[in-house]
Amino acid sequence: MATHDIRVTVNGTPYDAQVESRLLLVHLLRDQLRLTGTHIGCDTTHCGACTVLLDGQPVKSCTVLAVQADGRQISTVEGLEKDGKLHALQEGFWEKHGLQCGYCTPGMLMTSCALLARNKNPSESEIREAISGNLCRCTGYNNIVKAVQFAAERLGKEA
Amino acid sequence: MQPRTSPEVGGMGHSLKRKEDPRFIRGKGNYVDDIVLPGMLWMDIVRSPFAHAKIKSINTEKALKVPGVLAVITGETLAKYNLHWMPTLMSDTQMVLPTEKVMYQAQEVAAVIATSRYAAADGVDAVEVDYEPLPVVVDPFKALEPNAPVLRTDKKDKKDNRIFHWEAGDRAATEKAFAEADVTVKQDLYLPRIHVASIETCGCIADFDRVNGKLTVYMTTQAPHAIRTVFALVAGHVGLSEERIRIVSPDIGGGFGGKVPVYPGYVIAVAASVVIGKPVKWIEDRMENLQADSFARDYHITAELAAKKDGTITALRMKTLADHGYTDAAANPSKFPAGLFSICTGSYDVKKAFVEVDGVYTNKPPGGIAYRCSFRVTEAVHAIERVTDVLAQQLKMDPAELRMKNFIPKEKFPYKSALGWEYDSGDYPAALRLAMDKIGYHALRKEQAEKRARGELMGIGISSFTEILGAGPSKHFDILGIKMFDSCELRIHPTGKAIARFGTKSQGQGHETTYAQIIAEELGIPASAVQVEEGDTDTAPYGLGTYASRSTPTAGAAGAMAARKIREKAKKIAAHLLEVSEEDLVWELGKFSVKGSPSRSKTIQEIAFAAYTNHPPGMEAGLEAVNYYDPPNLTFPFGSYICVVDIDRGTGMVKIRRFVAVDDCGNIINPMIVDGQIHGGLTMGMAPALLEEISYDENGNNQAGSFMDYLLPTAVESPSWETYKTVTPSPHHPLGAKGVGESATVGAPPAIANAVVDALAHLGVKHIDIPITPEKVWRILKEKGVAE
Repeated sequence: MATHDIRVTVNGTPYDAQVESRLLLVHLLRDQLRLTGTHIGCDTTHCGACTVLLDGQPVKSCTVLAVQADGRQISTVEGLEKDGKLHALQEGFWEKHGLQCGYCTPGMLMTSCALLARNKNPSESEIREAISGNLCRCTGYNNIVKAVQFAAERLGKEA
Repeated sequence: MQPRTSPEVGGMGHSLKRKEDPRFIRGKGNYVDDIVLPGMLWMDIVRSPFAHAKIKSINTEKALKVPGVLAVITGETLAKYNLHWMPTLMSDTQMVLPTEKVMYQAQEVAAVIATSRYAAADGVDAVEVDYEPLPVVVDPFKALEPNAPVLRTDKKDKKDNRIFHWEAGDRAATEKAFAEADVTVKQDLYLPRIHVASIETCGCIADFDRVNGKLTVYMTTQAPHAIRTVFALVAGHVGLSEERIRIVSPDIGGGFGGKVPVYPGYVIAVAASVVIGKPVKWIEDRMENLQADSFARDYHITAELAAKKDGTITALRMKTLADHGYTDAAANPSKFPAGLFSICTGSYDVKKAFVEVDGVYTNKPPGGIAYRCSFRVTEAVHAIERVTDVLAQQLKMDPAELRMKNFIPKEKFPYKSALGWEYDSGDYPAALRLAMDKIGYHALRKEQAEKRARGELMGIGISSFTEILGAGPSKHFDILGIKMFDSCELRIHPTGKAIARFGTKSQGQGHETTYAQIIAEELGIPASAVQVEEGDTDTAPYGLGTYASRSTPTAGAAGAMAARKIREKAKKIAAHLLEVSEEDLVWELGKFSVKGSPSRSKTIQEIAFAAYTNHPPGMEAGLEAVNYYDPPNLTFPFGSYICVVDIDRGTGMVKIRRFVAVDDCGNIINPMIVDGQIHGGLTMGMAPALLEEISYDENGNNQAGSFMDYLLPTAVESPSWETYKTVTPSPHHPLGAKGVGESATVGAPPAIANAVVDALAHLGVKHIDIPITPEKVWRILKEKGVAE
């Protein structure tokens, strides 16, 4: 099996890694870099538990090869908190009970992060549409919507 | 209910932010697949492509040459240790790995142990299995025909495919009531096989320490103690003794009952670790999860009601065929092979009832396990709520009026049902009235009439369900002989903080928060200062785990009772400190004070300090208590749901426009968490009503084995749920609570199905089986000539 030397920047920190061609990005993050906040929930790119940002765009890291991330910027849930201050979305999910078992939460947070970057004041239906590639089995989505709205409002005030 | 404690103390009734969330929102949860142990190996499983086949040979030669592959475990390997079969929770038997034949598609056939996740998968691809296909039985009705092949050839005396016949009620009196009735209705219903599909699949790390002879298993289990005992029973003969087995259930990414059973993968990983002497990790992928783990429902029900002309229901009869797959691996209490299906008289004062259930073997994976309701309550509620609407349609009565007429009146509680349950408390008309007010029922009926005149399809559906939770009183409830109590061990530290350990295991329900609130309520120690732990059998007291909405009714009660024991001792210490007799003390919100002299008091924190520094002579030091709570009865939460749907005549698509849920779960510990449980439960009720089904073709091929075909609701299909409460405390639970986790999953499906049928009732539609897919609806519209 061919291997490749790659450099990825995860949450601002550069990492060099030697990877097999077939290694999935999610396994690079979880098994080699030990960033286990990014989860795996399906084999078919449906559940979104593995969502990370690749150069700012949300991707399902179970459907990206690690070699495809060579030279690129990756953001994961572990990078949301800055200098001990939670991201407004993290605050929102906690405040509005936007999570129960917590398994889909990192993916939901990253997808919502990308949404708020391109739409500062999304409507309920825009939020629902944006997170429709992330499955949650616990919350019924009501409070996830509220959590994203909370964050949008908070970020709007801070801006 | 107004909270009695201050927000700082955070007892019952406060919407406290969850204590578990700081780790989850940072990606710092600790799920099984996040754990890595030194020297850990990987296991992956070879699965059968056939639903019924003889295994002629298994060739492992090529697999063993794959780089990184260390071993291939087959049924023959396990047979050497007599570990190739295991008992199920219903005292049936199940193969761990087969030695002769496979009985369902995706059954475990062999396991590859390798140095990495990828190498193990490569090894699985290289294992060669030669099968000889056998006749497949997937239809439970055909399975009972006289010429059907007998599937369980491993059972020497088995001559057919029937697992059990179970019945309850008075057959003769019911038949008489039917014969004398003004009106009778009969409806066949099928509740299809579905899968919980928690977003985290199942998995474990088995770690056998050869030096100390101790086995530690980190696993996705909702019932760690019961699992420990099962492991000791299964593997006792090879030297695994219960005191040297430790089960750790770390953070669990959703359970919903799917993580109660012992699956073969866990047992193979344990066997592999014991044989190899290294930790072995097994994590199933989604397709394995959707094809091989235990499933729910698969109930074929014929439901009948007898009534007077005025709508008074006089009798109920139900006959059910339950497809359990190839083994009875359900997680019901031992005495209840059909779970609590006999709650099927529902919220109504039905005088005569008779119900029978036949369990059947087929060539499908084990069924009968939970989907956010393990004990067949969902099936019972769907049947009674659907057939009640069929009766309303027959009588041309409004379904709300028919329900109001037949509700068990408030003053009749505690109410003894015709099928033997004693309902603890309820006020059913109040819940339905509130739901009707909130949704604007009468205005909606008017709107519906106008729309119908214009050819538009709109429906309103009601479900007034009664749940049955809190298994259970030890007189009737056990699993493999272990009584279904639950437990709390509570210890107060010298500085007045506490640690509380429980026999249950949260999978997202928020126990770390709500249990702390119970202790806060009872002792006045702030919930923020109560550390809650579950899931480690070396430290937590024995309990039966979390499923069937039993945590609050059993372990929550144990927490309250343990706290009250602490209060008893605290009272003695306070009397000593205040130099008064115990009778002179009164307890209020965290302190004992002298009657008539409230300024003379000792807080629980002062008393805790004294328990370690200045306790009365002759008294043991310390302040701790254990309670094993055996509930005197079950709890019976209830609610009324009303759903409004609009149907697209072009596509058959059902859109839920509004859904009002009124729940009554007794006294509430954390309103925010209860609402969250209801939102999630409603969505898991909508899922089988509109989207989810695991079906099989005639060869036993699973037709929905990935998320490509098994459709979980997304945020787009899910409506914005509207939730309300009535509060009718349980008279026997120490906190007046009833439990809530599964209510909405139980109550929602018939509300949705009733709404769709209501939208089409004027076209002569009486019933549609769930899931009500656009295709099913479109075919009806086409047949009735109204499709656009």
